Amino acid sequence: MEMLPGIYRWIHILAGVMWVGLLYYFNFVQVAALKAAQADSTAAGITKHVAPRALLYFRWAAVVTWLAGAALLGANFVPAFTFQAGWENIGMGAWLGTIMLINVWALIWPNQKKILGLVQANDQEKNKARRVAFLTSRVNTMLSIPMLFFMVAQSHIGM
Amino acid sequence: MKNPLDLLWGTVIAGLILTVILYYVVKSLIGG
Repeated sequence: MEMLPGIYRWIHILAGVMWVGLLYYFNFVQVAALKAAQADSTAAGITKHVAPRALLYFRWAAVVTWLAGAALLGANFVPAFTFQAGWENIGMGAWLGTIMLINVWALIWPNQKKILGLVQANDQEKNKARRVAFLTSRVNTMLSIPMLFFMVAQSHIGM
Repeated sequence: MKNPLDLLWGTVIAGLILTVILYYVVKSLIGG
């Protein structure tokens, strides 16, 4: 039982690396790569073979990260989310991570399903879905910067 | 005005600015 918090932390970090790593892959690599690939008609390689696999690990890593984080907080879950004394930093990190998780499942994934053809959509709907998924992914990239700061700040930055 | 999130570096800079803002929010919560 003594080992459990350490195990939760380990799983939280492992899944978090996969989640944020794939988020950064999408934003730092795939967006620009798709633009270049569309120019020489090779985008299907990415949209058919790479993106669905990356999205699978991305969305489930988000769930595992959040659940392991919640387990790690344990009885301190409510104090963290209500910014009680001593839990302000991790509370801010937890809120940012939670917003990011909601963005993944409520906005990014439903719109990606339209873009990838997993759900029927006409061209206009696909274009709208592309814009919403892109901007939400960018919002998550933006939020990941303070999120990681506050995750680290609780123990490692004197505040 | 162009949306800063359309640019990768606009996104990173927005994240850094948000970090500074939230730092002061948390600092005020702590009472510092």
